[in-house]
Amino acid sequence: MNDRIKSLREKSLNAVESLTAERALLVTSFYKSEEAQTLSVPVLRARTFEHILANKELFFDEEELIVGERGPGPKITPTYPEICLHSLEDLEILDSREKVSFKADQEIRDAYREVIIPYWKGKSNRERIMNLMTPQWLNAYRSGIFTEFQEQRAPGHTALGVKGFKTGFRQYLFEIGQVRRSLEHDPGSNARLEQLEGMRIAAEAMVMYARRISKMLKDKALQIHDEVKKTEILELSRICNKVPYDAPETFHEALQHYWFLHLGVITEVNPWDSFNPGRLDQHLYPYYKNDLESGRINKERARELLQAFWIKFNNHPAPPKVGVTALESNTYTDFCLINLGGLNPDGNDAVNELSYIILDVIEEMRILQPSSMVQISRKNPDEFLQRAIKIVKTGFGQPSIFNTDAIIQELLRQGKDLVDARNGGASGCVESGAFGTECYFLTGYFNLTKILELTLHNGWDPRIKKQVGLETGYPDLFKTFEDFLNAFRMQLEYFVNIKIEGNNTIEKTFADYIPVPFLSLLIEDCIKNAKDYNDGGARYNTSYIQGVGLGSVTDALTAINHHVYVENNLSFSELLNALEDDFQNNSTLQYELIYNTPKYGNDDDRADKIASNVFEMFLNVVDGIPSYRGGIYRINMLPTTSHVYFGSVVGATPDGRNASQPLSEGISPFQGVDMKGPTAVLKSASKIDHLKTGGTLLNQKFAPSFFNNEDSIMKLGALVRSYFKMNGHHIQFNVVNAETLRDAQKHPEKYKDLIVRVAGYSDYFNDLGEDLQNEIIRRTEHDGF
Amino acid sequence: MKALIFDIKRFAIHDGPGIRTTIFFKGCPLTCPWCHNPESRNADPQKYNHIDKIGEKEFISEKTIGTRYTSEQLLSEVLKDKIFYDESGGGITCSGGEPLSQFSFLVNFLKDCRSEHLHTALDTSGYADMEIIMKIAPFVDLFLFDIKHLDNARHKRFTGVKNDIILRNFKWLIHAGHNVTARIPMIPGINSEKKYINQLDKYFSDLLCDNFNEIHLLPYHEIGCSKYDKFNIGLNQNFEEPQLELLEEYSLVFKKSGFKTKIGG
Repeated sequence: MNDRIKSLREKSLNAVESLTAERALLVTSFYKSEEAQTLSVPVLRARTFEHILANKELFFDEEELIVGERGPGPKITPTYPEICLHSLEDLEILDSREKVSFKADQEIRDAYREVIIPYWKGKSNRERIMNLMTPQWLNAYRSGIFTEFQEQRAPGHTALGVKGFKTGFRQYLFEIGQVRRSLEHDPGSNARLEQLEGMRIAAEAMVMYARRISKMLKDKALQIHDEVKKTEILELSRICNKVPYDAPETFHEALQHYWFLHLGVITEVNPWDSFNPGRLDQHLYPYYKNDLESGRINKERARELLQAFWIKFNNHPAPPKVGVTALESNTYTDFCLINLGGLNPDGNDAVNELSYIILDVIEEMRILQPSSMVQISRKNPDEFLQRAIKIVKTGFGQPSIFNTDAIIQELLRQGKDLVDARNGGASGCVESGAFGTECYFLTGYFNLTKILELTLHNGWDPRIKKQVGLETGYPDLFKTFEDFLNAFRMQLEYFVNIKIEGNNTIEKTFADYIPVPFLSLLIEDCIKNAKDYNDGGARYNTSYIQGVGLGSVTDALTAINHHVYVENNLSFSELLNALEDDFQNNSTLQYELIYNTPKYGNDDDRADKIASNVFEMFLNVVDGIPSYRGGIYRINMLPTTSHVYFGSVVGATPDGRNASQPLSEGISPFQGVDMKGPTAVLKSASKIDHLKTGGTLLNQKFAPSFFNNEDSIMKLGALVRSYFKMNGHHIQFNVVNAETLRDAQKHPEKYKDLIVRVAGYSDYFNDLGEDLQNEIIRRTEHDGF
Repeated sequence: MKALIFDIKRFAIHDGPGIRTTIFFKGCPLTCPWCHNPESRNADPQKYNHIDKIGEKEFISEKTIGTRYTSEQLLSEVLKDKIFYDESGGGITCSGGEPLSQFSFLVNFLKDCRSEHLHTALDTSGYADMEIIMKIAPFVDLFLFDIKHLDNARHKRFTGVKNDIILRNFKWLIHAGHNVTARIPMIPGINSEKKYINQLDKYFSDLLCDNFNEIHLLPYHEIGCSKYDKFNIGLNQNFEEPQLELLEEYSLVFKKSGFKTKIGG
């Protein structure tokens, strides 16, 4: 890392997350304008976008090589009142909360009090959604059965594809013109023409913004006497004058081009998972090769530009979340997941020289954002996998490792074209997607263990003391375990239907009120269909419900089957009494449930069969249901941090877990119950059919001593390959001692840089809530035996 | 016929090539005081009080060390990880205790493994009749052969048995073309002086060949000590853990003589 990058990195690490009212004020002033009242919604959104980009403060640090910030400076984060209107109390909480805080100064509080809240009160999409939800939905939401992703943030969850990386906006404007002409004589095309007009305005707005930056840079350069610096800034100015209007032709131009797209997507709305350059090594390789051959850059310069690019991501924390949304995803990480490796469109090994250079960059930068992953197909070389494992070994949780061959089969099952599937990967945490061609909404986490608790109580939620579920009967009346499972399935289906009904309404609000003309430019075939990304314009449309707590619900059901039905040594009334008082008066039963009961994660079919049973139930209830915008519902299995929130709303469970404790995460076993080592965990985890999901998440903790020699790294590589042979979707490693983590809890000041793997992403250990810290410490640590 | 097994460890990565499952046979004719599996000595099942904890609260239950398995049961257990063996070039390792003390079972079990195309390793003290060694050898892909001490009297004093039949078996296996890796438990005060290492190096060098070219130095680890208390097995002599620098120095000695040498197996 050279001095420039060191300095930029330092500045990024030291920048304090704070809030700015800039965007909120610009949006409000435009929505209030007379002109705004006359516009169709897509045009209104596009003109608002234009208004922001025309008026926002520009930022440039003279050391930068990639230019442009979403706010007035690094980590200064805008708000999105049209989607989620923060109250003054929210601002106070964001400012003062211990973890993942954002400084909110007097200026923003005044702006909120005087301008933003008075205008948006009752009009934000969050309020719109909550007003539209049924009493059943609201009960389930309060009970903690599911969360709602689009409550405070817009859909997004997508990544840029091949076309987006190499296409100038000139081309988009041309395509828009063509489609417009084809629609001119179609009498019913008015709405579509408005969509196209919105896209046109958004494209022009981004070009205008890039040229504002270009001019600012030119003005700066003219004041500088140092000739080297001056030339460098003039070159940046030239690039920003060229892209994104014209297609990039050099490595540097390609990076800046993407960065403008990224800024556009995260300025237009606050989408989940920000935005993502997708298959970065694939996209950049032609530019790299060209520049290298023509002598424009060398390897060192490529590395420096990539590092400067990396810092831009780190400057952009996820927009502030509050309430349940903060609980389900409490992190600054905005889930931009860089993909490396995998297959090219012909189905061959896509690993190239740049894949390795980018891995070097990941290792050297060691920063929170962007997240990174390697795609491993059976066609990719072991050398690439082992290089990735050597970075994993340094213990900051990146990169995670994905199974390309599984991802492709998942996408094919969902009806995608083979080439589109090969161009895909994983975004966000672990979500499979056809990059550049798919709109996939993640709609919310689903608390499978809470369903079990309701089943045990005939649909009654003992925490909020309310009948929220169906009356499926008291469990002591169930003669067989199958009867019990049947009741569980009925509750599950009931709540999935409530969730999906709510989702359809919510999707419609985004299609009607928050279209995204800018993002629609970038994802095929929105222009061709003259239809917004949020309204089903993309080539593929998928909606996900994310199951949480597979390990916990499996262990709980296994305990019921084992003790009540198979061994017949426990009655439901004894069990329910013990659960009710959290095992206070029956610790012997708790001991039996924890230590003498089969558990998921040990390659023990007594538990694992129940895991695949629950998985299939969830799958069958969700998979294939059509969504509002013409997509299809699918499942995936990932938690972010929701397993902690979901645990907090579930009382003691039949697996011996105490009330309010976190649930298991992803498809990992419950923390600490996997006693037979990693091969047994992987065997258990592969008994569910990953290929029927859009992503599963498996976390494994290894002691640093495990990675002592090359031999161990090869064995770990073989472990990963074996899991992938069994169709495992993803695996990630936490390489840090429990002892270190305990010390970090005691002395956070000594571990400011400690980054650990959470679930589908990494985070600063100090930024995690105490429950989550404890949960990570409890995950079983594997060592070589 | 059944074997008495006291543990089965999956994802064993220090007991031969690749990812392996190690099966620990109960019963051993030696009584090495540094043994990290002292519960393996007795050839019968033994009861002990096992303690589990929930928070600070302790739960005591009586458990048995040693479970009887048929060859078929054991095979189905090790086949669970076949996919990992295939991918990593691994297999199964029979360890103990002394697996050869359950020879009749072992030979059948190894034959079964062979028919499933599993790579087999035998971790042994080598203390067995040569006839037994000759009968088992065709079914073992790799011998992990312990050499605890070259001096007969010292060997007898520390382990309770003489080393002459051990060394005779060792040489026979090498000369008969079987794959052998020598494993040396490194116990300061017993077999870790520089002079002894040189002597050992000389002994091994004379035997160096295609099928004997690897040496593992297994440092004594205090972690085993807690087992003596846990299983109520008396007379644990306390040893020191060897210095890593010393192990590295010794490993260089063998490397110079042409051996692949690993610390920790």
